[in-house]
Amino acid sequence: MNELALAIPWLGKRNPAAARWVVVALAVGAPLIAVLFGKTWVRILDFAMLYVMLAIGLNLVVGFAGLLDLGYIAFYAVGAYTFAFLASPHFELHLPFWMVLPLGAAFAALAGVILGLPTLRLRGDYLAIVTLGFGEIVRIFMNNLNHPINITNGPQGINMIDPLVLFGWDISKPLKVGDEITINSLFLYYYVFLAFVVLSVILVQRLQVSRVGRAWAAIRDDELAAKAIGINTRNMKLLAFSLGATFGGVAGGLFAAFQGFVSPESFSLMESIAVLTMIVFGGMGNLAGVIVGALALTALPEVLRHVAVPLQQAAFGQVLLDPEVLRMLLLSLAMIFMMLLRPAGLIPAYSRYSRPELVVGKEAGR
Amino acid sequence: MITLLEARGICKRFGGLTALSDVSLTIRKGEVYGLIGPNGAGKTTFFNVLTGAYVPEAGELVFNGSELPLGKPHKVVEAGIARTFQNIRLFRDMTALENVMAGHHIRSRANPFSILLQTQHAKEEERLITERAFELLKYVGIERFADTISKNLSYGDQRRLEIARALATEPQLLALDEPAAGMNATETARLRELVQTIRHDGVTVLLIEHDVKLVMGLCDRLAVLDFGKKIAEDVPAEVQQSEAVIAAYLGGHATPKAGATA
Amino acid sequence: METLLQQTVNGLVVGSVYALIALGYTMVYGILGLINFAHGDVLMVGALVALEAIRLLQIYAPELGLVPTLLSGLSISVVVCMILGYTIERTAYRRLRNAPRLAPLITAIGVSFLLQTVAMIIWGRNYHTFPQLVSTQPLEPIAGVFITPVQIAILAVSATLMVALVLLVNKTRLGRAMRATAENHKVASLMGVDTNKIIAATFVIGSALAAVAGVMFSSNYGIAHYAMGFMPGLKAFTAAVLGGIGNLGGAMLGGLVLGLVESIGAGYIEDMSFGFLNSSYQDIFAFIILGIVLIFRPTGLLGERVADRA
Repeated sequence: MNELALAIPWLGKRNPAAARWVVVALAVGAPLIAVLFGKTWVRILDFAMLYVMLAIGLNLVVGFAGLLDLGYIAFYAVGAYTFAFLASPHFELHLPFWMVLPLGAAFAALAGVILGLPTLRLRGDYLAIVTLGFGEIVRIFMNNLNHPINITNGPQGINMIDPLVLFGWDISKPLKVGDEITINSLFLYYYVFLAFVVLSVILVQRLQVSRVGRAWAAIRDDELAAKAIGINTRNMKLLAFSLGATFGGVAGGLFAAFQGFVSPESFSLMESIAVLTMIVFGGMGNLAGVIVGALALTALPEVLRHVAVPLQQAAFGQVLLDPEVLRMLLLSLAMIFMMLLRPAGLIPAYSRYSRPELVVGKEAGR
Repeated sequence: MITLLEARGICKRFGGLTALSDVSLTIRKGEVYGLIGPNGAGKTTFFNVLTGAYVPEAGELVFNGSELPLGKPHKVVEAGIARTFQNIRLFRDMTALENVMAGHHIRSRANPFSILLQTQHAKEEERLITERAFELLKYVGIERFADTISKNLSYGDQRRLEIARALATEPQLLALDEPAAGMNATETARLRELVQTIRHDGVTVLLIEHDVKLVMGLCDRLAVLDFGKKIAEDVPAEVQQSEAVIAAYLGGHATPKAGATA
Repeated sequence: METLLQQTVNGLVVGSVYALIALGYTMVYGILGLINFAHGDVLMVGALVALEAIRLLQIYAPELGLVPTLLSGLSISVVVCMILGYTIERTAYRRLRNAPRLAPLITAIGVSFLLQTVAMIIWGRNYHTFPQLVSTQPLEPIAGVFITPVQIAILAVSATLMVALVLLVNKTRLGRAMRATAENHKVASLMGVDTNKIIAATFVIGSALAAVAGVMFSSNYGIAHYAMGFMPGLKAFTAAVLGGIGNLGGAMLGGLVLGLVESIGAGYIEDMSFGFLNSSYQDIFAFIILGIVLIFRPTGLLGERVADRA
């Protein structure tokens, strides 16, 4: 046993604390940012947390299992609309969150299985297109299922969604602590989201350092060889796909509760690609990397929005590039440059179970 | 002398080309069985049929008394047959230890739930897998490379690693596809020792090889394929004398020459 | 509701535009194994550049007749798109030729996005009116079927270009080199083919076709818009896969079939789904066909021809 421990220094230790440090920084970060920059930024951080969850989920699919999903946002939509159906005046249902959130997650997982079963054996680029199509189909249905029977309320979406009520505690209302301190609901949401993010990180890390994670790494590296050592590749891929979808579904439910309304335009192809860009940029396959990527690419456009608009006003007298355009510009350039210059992303996945950016997309049967 | 694997009437066609034609052979438990023949004879095709990469047009495989599922690689491994590849297919960006640990996947039980909850059982199993993988690395002699990325290993060590990984699936039959390809005399000798150790420890070995010296010295029995048909199945000494075999390799001259190569 | 015959005609018109775009996808995929996501956006650039050119011509050369103005605008946009296609290949894709499969695909997505963003910056978010210089007034109906001059022009131009492309690929030296590279890069270059040039040529030709398709599209519907390339691009890719990716005949056939299915399907979808679905679901036809083809017959109707990536 000694020689084993000598041979493998990291043995017995989980993935190092990189992801954990990021999380700690985040926990401290919110109040700090609010103090320095104002509450709107906490709201931005809230959305950033949701994107972090999405990035973690998509990372499972793309970074761990090597399956390029371009329609990932569909699972987000499923989670969000489930919450909207079950906890809003739309159908006059107001189920509690501890029922609705898991249901949203379950439906998302189911959607993942339905999508995955026929398609996961397709080769990489075809899978990408088919999943893109799936994402679009979901969006089109959301947009059009308002007649003859009104299910989704079409382009207008569903609003007045119930806020998160945790065991009687409505976190959309500010929290009074004693007589002096009132904590804004944005902070409350932030810490709830952060808790979900931390939970996600823990769960995903556990999977990564297990026989499941190894199987995914094997499939990603050489699917034929993985089959040759007995790995049931179809089931493993389905597992990655539906687990990733589950994360999307949970994030969707949280999104619905937080924003209070959902509409099809939040779930466009651009959003799927935005999440993909975040993980490509941050470092595919590496939890810390994708978290940083998600934060960076959510915050940066907002920073630009606040900086670039007045800047352009001052310099040109008018706004040439509005914030939406800036966001798209930033995302597309981030994607292109990362792929060309540093495909590993900002924080590359060091070889715990291989470097996915090197192997992502290798076809079965070289 | 128990029969471990029986192949009956295996036929495999690719469009107009018949790669295997009514191939039947019997492998006995505990032996080292060689499959030889000129290039293109169908040896690797037979491997691929056996391990489920191809579905044969006709024929069946009986392993350990039960019918082997055709065309389902992971079921074949589950049944107890593991293979290596002619051109080495390791998980190149994983370390040697990780490769072998991946091999243990099929024989371990932890499911996603127990992994997510980190139950005692899951943790214990993970520890066992790590230990067993290390033991296998020692078994093939590359334990000092446990933490090395496998693509950085030497060719010979990569082959050993692939064998270790295959052994991790706890097979009863180990199918090696040209394990000595590209090896020099020393490496080949070491490989021969390894195969003998494996056989000694109870694993039956099926082997495709071109290195005649290795094959003659190592195998208990041989089958010879030529143009998809089996033309001989016997102990090496007999096969060497067989006119059909000599004709297949040399193209019609009946001059037996020990060490004649394809 | 229109007659089946009418829908067939409409379907063929739309289908031939899809076919032109699909040819670009299929050629690039056949040679590089890459789905050029940005191809649809080249179409969009073609339409918008033509729009600008035509506007300028109408201001500075109003004496030029309708059709010559259109043709001039078209020529300018074709040239611009050819340059664009070359630039994209050279800067974004060439470096990634030996990278793992998904890297160029992800980059292509990025390029597509970038093109849309730049178009948004230059031309804004609004829908622009595209001057319909060829008449969209229906001619006298034949057998109850209306067809407009612009539709006839589309059919004629597409057919001509497709024939020209087939001749190019099958009868010229360039075509031979393209086919050789599509089969096997390494061997082709050993035989003296400058594969870089050939690949560049493939992109350039495809982009030219896309530009024409873009102008035809805008002439038919009278609009141009920064995101107009997305749907046609996706549908054209579906058509290419439907016909058999890498296969020129397949792209053409796939385009026509898709156009027909869409047109006829949109007509009957309401009946078929008991009023539940309507024609705004039209776009999902393409996706569903794509899914079905890939699951049940991934090689497509006429079989695929992809490069041997030795």
